[in-house]
Amino acid sequence: MPLVRLRGPLKRLAGDRPEHAIEGATVAELLRALEREHPAAGGWILDERGVLRRHINVFVNGELVEQGTSVGSDDRVEILPAISGGR
Amino acid sequence: MTELLVATKKGLFALQGDPGSPFEVTARAFAGEPVEYALRDQRSGRLIASVTSPFYGPKLWYADDPAGEWQQAEGVALPEGGDAALERIWVIVAGEEESVLYAGGDPGVLFESHDGGTTFELNRGLWEHPTRTQWQPGGGGLCLHSIATWPGEPQRLAAAISAAGVWLTDDGGETWRRGNQGLKARYLPEDTPDDEIALCVHRLHRAALRPERMFMQFHGGVYRSDDAGATWIDIAAGLPSDFGFPLVLDPADPDSAYVIPLTADMDRVTPDGRVRVYETRDAGASWAPRGEGLPPEHAYLTVLREAFDRTGEGPALELYFGATSGAVFGSGDAGASWFQVATHLPPVHAVTAGP
Repeated sequence: MPLVRLRGPLKRLAGDRPEHAIEGATVAELLRALEREHPAAGGWILDERGVLRRHINVFVNGELVEQGTSVGSDDRVEILPAISGGR
Repeated sequence: MTELLVATKKGLFALQGDPGSPFEVTARAFAGEPVEYALRDQRSGRLIASVTSPFYGPKLWYADDPAGEWQQAEGVALPEGGDAALERIWVIVAGEEESVLYAGGDPGVLFESHDGGTTFELNRGLWEHPTRTQWQPGGGGLCLHSIATWPGEPQRLAAAISAAGVWLTDDGGETWRRGNQGLKARYLPEDTPDDEIALCVHRLHRAALRPERMFMQFHGGVYRSDDAGATWIDIAAGLPSDFGFPLVLDPADPDSAYVIPLTADMDRVTPDGRVRVYETRDAGASWAPRGEGLPPEHAYLTVLREAFDRTGEGPALELYFGATSGAVFGSGDAGASWFQVATHLPPVHAVTAGP
């Protein structure tokens, strides 16, 4: 199962745990599953349209990806605020 | 003692003081985050704040103490799976009924709370209005920025959207009708039909003692309605500019209004480098500058639409406004004289005042 790693407020909203093993074939599926498992995080990563928020970056095994990217069972997925969001 | 909630680009600041001297900053919350608006509901004492994280999106938060722990309000979102996302909550207003709050936001949406701000629900009547596809955003987005309740009649509301004009309901938001007759937009062709919706209202308030009267700062024009928003007349004659954003009324005087003119839409700073508030006490027949104590020269301030508020009324009316420069000014004598409340805050998005 892919391992999703969270930091900061997302970690706090997801039960204060930094790592979550979650089922999903794509980044979007993983994120939706994460929000279902931790409703407090709902709307923080994906907006109402199901679109990854503009200044959130997702990395799979260290590589920046899009929400449609496929994810394998041994992959490590990190969700981080992008520096582009700093103002 | 007066409390100001100053929502800034870099957090929420709570200030306390008495008119005449700088206020003390008593708390800062949401450090580093853009806070759009904050209100203390005087009925419950609860604080409600709108924060638009550039990373995690717009949220509403509530707390009893600005320095305490804030909780996220639920339900502040558009329907899932649609083609729109909530961009920002612009304004929060206490309703007429106990525990009712309204929040207005972008894209032209109204939320209602019936539990003092713990949970909110989207107003479907406005969200599903058949004209919505024609609504156009202004420079700040498609923002619902003004919500005018009707004293004693909770079913009656007026809401103003930039740039989708005035919307009126008499049935608690089930149905909405336009309230734009008489508004003239210089940015539209002269032969634009009367039912045009793309009207850029900047701020709207209702006169508490004469609720059928409302005042409006428009995108070029200051208007008054004496028939609950059905028709509007331009009352800007006598102002140095009819462009501006914020507007405040004295609840004790239905003939009163205060505006802060800016030079023009292409130059959104105080005219001639002089900061002055303009007051009418005859429903807009005449305007008088109120600038004693305000910067008289070399001051090119921008005051945003939600950055001007009042507390008290009549002779005890206190006025407060903040600029994107980070300066906040106040008056303890209904605008006759002014003092500097704070000097070096981050750019001010909104100011609300209370006892």
